[in-house]
Amino acid sequence: MATSAIAPRRTLKRTFITPEGVDLRLELGSAGSRAGAFLIDWAIITLILVAVTLLFVFVARIETAPFFMALWFIGYFLLRNGWFSLFEMGSRGATPGKRLTGLRVVARDGARLTGAAVIARNAMREIEVFLPLSFLVQQTAAGTADTFLVLFSLTWSGIFLFFPLFNRDRLRVGDLVAGTWVVRTGKSKLSDDLVGSALRQRRTFPESALKLYGIYELQTLEEVLRNDQADAIATVAATIRHKAGLPDDGDDWAFLSDYYAALCARLEAGLMVGRRRESKYEDG
Amino acid sequence: MTAPLVAAADAPLVNATRFRAAHAADWERLDALVTRMEKRSIRALSDEDLLALPALYRTTLSSLSVARDTSLDRALVTYLEQLCTRAYFQIYGVQTPAHRQIARFFASSWPAAVRALWRETLFCVVMTAGAAIAAFLLIRSDPSWFYSIIPEGLASGRDPSASAESLRKTLYDDSGKNWLGTFAAFLFTHNAQIAIFSFALGFAFALPTVLLILYNGLMVGAFFAVFAAKGLGLNLAAWLMIHGTTEIFAICISGAAGIRIGMAIAFPGKLTRMDSAVRAGRMSATAMAGTVIMLAVAGLLEGVGRQTILDDGMRALIGGSALAGWLVYFYAWRSKKAEYGH
Repeated sequence: MATSAIAPRRTLKRTFITPEGVDLRLELGSAGSRAGAFLIDWAIITLILVAVTLLFVFVARIETAPFFMALWFIGYFLLRNGWFSLFEMGSRGATPGKRLTGLRVVARDGARLTGAAVIARNAMREIEVFLPLSFLVQQTAAGTADTFLVLFSLTWSGIFLFFPLFNRDRLRVGDLVAGTWVVRTGKSKLSDDLVGSALRQRRTFPESALKLYGIYELQTLEEVLRNDQADAIATVAATIRHKAGLPDDGDDWAFLSDYYAALCARLEAGLMVGRRRESKYEDG
Repeated sequence: MTAPLVAAADAPLVNATRFRAAHAADWERLDALVTRMEKRSIRALSDEDLLALPALYRTTLSSLSVARDTSLDRALVTYLEQLCTRAYFQIYGVQTPAHRQIARFFASSWPAAVRALWRETLFCVVMTAGAAIAAFLLIRSDPSWFYSIIPEGLASGRDPSASAESLRKTLYDDSGKNWLGTFAAFLFTHNAQIAIFSFALGFAFALPTVLLILYNGLMVGAFFAVFAAKGLGLNLAAWLMIHGTTEIFAICISGAAGIRIGMAIAFPGKLTRMDSAVRAGRMSATAMAGTVIMLAVAGLLEGVGRQTILDDGMRALIGGSALAGWLVYFYAWRSKKAEYGH
């Protein structure tokens, strides 16, 4: 259960070793998806607030007005401070916005995410977003917002808003203090087996044709086959045939999937004896 | 050269194919279980599934290791990576049930966090008292200071030029009974927001938090100066005590929480700056969450209690016992649980 700097820092992949000793290679949420998630949450909060306010105004009578006012104050407080915390304390560790953008909050040390950590990371939003915002709104409403104040608010927000871009782990100030980070949660179906899925006749390829490519090219070919775009398949098939000097037999897809199987088997045989050919530029 | 067709039996067999055939059923079962846990909770699993879960998780995890080393099927490796990650967070990252978290919060982590902050809390109390005394003395010697400390809207007539009678009325005003609950709700949310705010401000090396605490003290002292000049000092003390003991204590704790974060970042000691910030951040957040509860109590005492109880002695008694209660809960009473974070 540790994170370390083994993985290259330029990408958003991070080493994350489970107690069983396997590296899960977590991928951090990008700044764009984080911002998107926040905007979605913000929009939902605003919508709820507006809807509830309108409802209260509509429903309240003179004698019930104090009650609805009190309810509104408490509701506003809970919405503003509780929305993020309560959702992130749930089993998905994500607000609706984060869920839509495929993110979740995780403790950086791999331990369970505690309520204290969630509260800490969200209370920090108070100085990141709300402080300069409310400052600005208040002063603008009073007509006293001068250039200096506007500049100050913008600089303040700027420092905190862009804080995640200035550190390699995309940490918000709140993440930093709470010991959390935001990772991507992918979910995919188990894909079809490209090689063994159909029993049919196969092509064989000469050694010279299989020596052309390495793992990178193989996995690119896998992507082309899985995406199943007719023009991409035709182009790739033509390229491989041209390079390997093979004749066109009219069935691009079958040709490519046979070639994929043969190349995969050859490269995997290499792996067994410790030869990992990353790309076509390495010796096979 | 042509690529001759051969029989299916001779087709090359890659590791991914063998691997899928052997383990796909386990992966898919784990996938189904994890999906059910994500959608609902661990209680959605039957006993049989629950027993199978750790074994399935470990099988899939070792599949991932093997697939990474022996298989070149990228879609398969990605699938296993994602499945293992999801399973990991459901198994290791799973939350303690809410009721148990809440019980633990009240039984141990809240008082322990407040106890751990005792130095900072004491500092805040001293700062508040010091600022109050300073403001008191300043205004007694020159009443015009009042106007530079208290904004006009907040004073609402309670300034050095007010008569004793009008000041007395502000202390024992029981009009507007309908709005008591609303008033309490407003006070609570307003003060709680400030508590959260002073916690967050601690990140800026605690300075803004200290200023906030100082200003709070100045305001108290300023009002005392005005009321004491008209011989209403003790009456104001009782008026303030009924909720103020809880409220000012809560503000001091949330200030202390902010200061702890600022100090932990500025002077991390033996820890790395990052570890120091995280440790202080989580502990302070616990204390801060507690102050929100204290402020809810203070809001009720202020909004309802103070408006309905007009007797000075009663007000002082309630305020005093509230303070005693908090002190005993935080510092004297200890549950069997260990100190915070150990």
